[in-house]
Amino acid sequence: MDNIAVVGVAQTKYERSKKDKTYYDLVFEMTKEVLKDSGLTLRDIDNVITVSNDFLDGRTISSMAVGEAAGGHDKNISTVEGDGTFGASYGAMRVLGGFNATLVVAHSKGSEGSVKHITNGMFDPVYQRFLGLEAISASALQANAYMDRYGVQEESFAQVSVKNHGNARNNPYAHLPMELTVEEVMGSLKVADPIKLLDCSPVSDGAAAIIIANGDYARKAKTRPVWIKGIAHCAEEYFLGDRDLTNPKALREAAKKAYAMAGITDPMKSMDVVELYDAFSYMEPLWLEGLGFCDPGEGSRLLEDGITTMSGRLPVNPSGGVLSSHALLVAGLARIVEAVLQLRGEAEKRQVDGARTALAHGINGPCGQSHCVWVLSTDK
Amino acid sequence: MARSVAIVGTGQTDHRSHRPDVNGREMIYEAVKRALEDCELSIHGIDAVVIGNMDHFESINYVDTWSVEGSGALMKPVMKVTTGGTTGSSVAIAAYYHVASGLFDRVLAIGWEKNSESDTTAAIITCSDPVWDRFSYSGAIPSLATEASAYMKQYGATQEDAARVAVRDRTHALNNPHAHLRRPITVEDVMASPMLAYPIKLLDVCPRTDGAAAVVFAADGIAQKIAPKPAWIKACAVRHTYTWFGDVDYNAGLVSLQKASREAYQRAGIRNPVDEIDVAELYLPYSYAGLKWIEDLGFCGPGEGPRFVREGHTDMGGKIPINPSGGVISTNCIGATALLRVAEAAMQVMGKAGQRQVPDVEVALATGFGGCFWSDVVILGTNRP
Repeated sequence: MDNIAVVGVAQTKYERSKKDKTYYDLVFEMTKEVLKDSGLTLRDIDNVITVSNDFLDGRTISSMAVGEAAGGHDKNISTVEGDGTFGASYGAMRVLGGFNATLVVAHSKGSEGSVKHITNGMFDPVYQRFLGLEAISASALQANAYMDRYGVQEESFAQVSVKNHGNARNNPYAHLPMELTVEEVMGSLKVADPIKLLDCSPVSDGAAAIIIANGDYARKAKTRPVWIKGIAHCAEEYFLGDRDLTNPKALREAAKKAYAMAGITDPMKSMDVVELYDAFSYMEPLWLEGLGFCDPGEGSRLLEDGITTMSGRLPVNPSGGVLSSHALLVAGLARIVEAVLQLRGEAEKRQVDGARTALAHGINGPCGQSHCVWVLSTDK
Repeated sequence: MARSVAIVGTGQTDHRSHRPDVNGREMIYEAVKRALEDCELSIHGIDAVVIGNMDHFESINYVDTWSVEGSGALMKPVMKVTTGGTTGSSVAIAAYYHVASGLFDRVLAIGWEKNSESDTTAAIITCSDPVWDRFSYSGAIPSLATEASAYMKQYGATQEDAARVAVRDRTHALNNPHAHLRRPITVEDVMASPMLAYPIKLLDVCPRTDGAAAVVFAADGIAQKIAPKPAWIKACAVRHTYTWFGDVDYNAGLVSLQKASREAYQRAGIRNPVDEIDVAELYLPYSYAGLKWIEDLGFCGPGEGPRFVREGHTDMGGKIPINPSGGVISTNCIGATALLRVAEAAMQVMGKAGQRQVPDVEVALATGFGGCFWSDVVILGTNRP
């Protein structure tokens, strides 16, 4: 793979409801900010990828509302529907395929829709949708299967929520910085057994943008480039009943490919910081297993042993993760933004000292049916 | 450095107004199976999949993950690309960049729509801005009626001129076994068909179709081994400039197509499109586009579209045959429609277009149209760029 880099990042503060702005206002804001961050001008950007979802935006051809705001006027532009990491991956392919610099921007205003109905729309319209399956109830099935298979306790999931909401206190962009105890998480409202309110990510409004550039334009940018060393995505079976929900095999496959591209053989040794898609607390240990940081069933021990805390060997979600800020579609792109800030040494109070290699991760579809893995580095 | 990329196989369903015999995933499978058979690959030979449709037509969220068993993306990279009417060409261009990037060698592009499961107009109304545009430009036809009226006023084109385009495309469709509408029509039929929004009548516009298309893209060095005569991608260019229908200058031509085609011509080294392009598969959703947009493509001068069509230059055997497949007026499975243009253009280059083959095609042009007067342009050819 040629040398390509992330040379600009921007994100909004994530909030319950950004009443004063339309989602195209958010996209415009991010476009301006990411250009400012990179020191490039709109003239340097020769193509744009927007990320949007017609269900979330309540609008057919939702990309139509944001192209102009994203600086897409008279430029080559396209739209990925799915998590921001997938949009960023297409953006990277376009730079590898001949463009100089791709601006990727994702937005969402969950406050303007019913996320429950929107995620219900992921499920088969004939056999499953009328059961009421949506993101939370489907994830509850996955959490139960995980607990049953490996004897993981609900308290272990609660610890993830405590850690990530605690980390969010260092992140000025986070929606829910909280000082929690395991007891508070365990005592919070039961939403779908075993998932409780504080095991769930919030529904946030927000937007984020990055600029991906080739070597020449990386030199032109004023920021310290963060090099893209590995990118891979993969999807497994659709029906939950066809899957082993405790074995994230698509994630394993994506991680394997991304590590191979980056020349990584032992991720635990090579990675300095991880930002992963913890839409629910149980997802963090499960995805850590899929990412190969430990054996199957051992994910929770990484936190119990202190490895994934801010002072541990492999801090996971220093930003507070998706549990603390969840703007749908944006959340994966925000993982890349956070990983880049870590590698630029600009993560301020949430900085992991001396971070040189970082992993960012996003998911699509129910219970992490499709995963995207990015490996980023300070070194070319 | 970007790699050269070629299309090595195409597949499409037999398009119908209603396919009650298959669900969406099964319909996708039909097109994918045919594309793989066309290039004699198995699904194991495919490295990644790009898929697109329009969400609100079937109301399936996350179509990329919903469709894996139909698309063959199981345990493969899959992403969804969607941009309205241009979805099919956007999917093709995404597949091109997947391969050009060097990350994947063989990539499957899929477009599909099951319009029989949707209320197409109710869904498409919501593409317009809810405050400024939705009550005037509701759905696909009003903005096109505005464009057609402006064109007629500007150049004195007539409804009969437009009807000729519909007649041409529907006549061409008789050669295409996959086409949805395969009944010949006359100018009189078009003129007598019910008025939808002046000056657009029922037979001036595209139908709603159930159908899917699949196209296999492969990298230089691999493409030649798969296909005896691959269709090389010489250029792609895209302009999705406007957000509000009220911003469009209806007297300026289709600016997005002017700009995208000029960029594509430049990349492909085309100076005189009519002489250098052998066949065009254009996303013409209604007949008037077949007059005006060929001017924007530079096939003839401003206002000369009606005469150019009347003189037969765009018929089979003409200077630049347009839509040998029958085009969008004969088949419109929306998310697949622009991918069908790319597929049909590729088939012409590969010499696989059967009864609708234009002889000795070296360069073919495909376009996509959608959103707020947006255009995508793809140029294919027999020579590796």
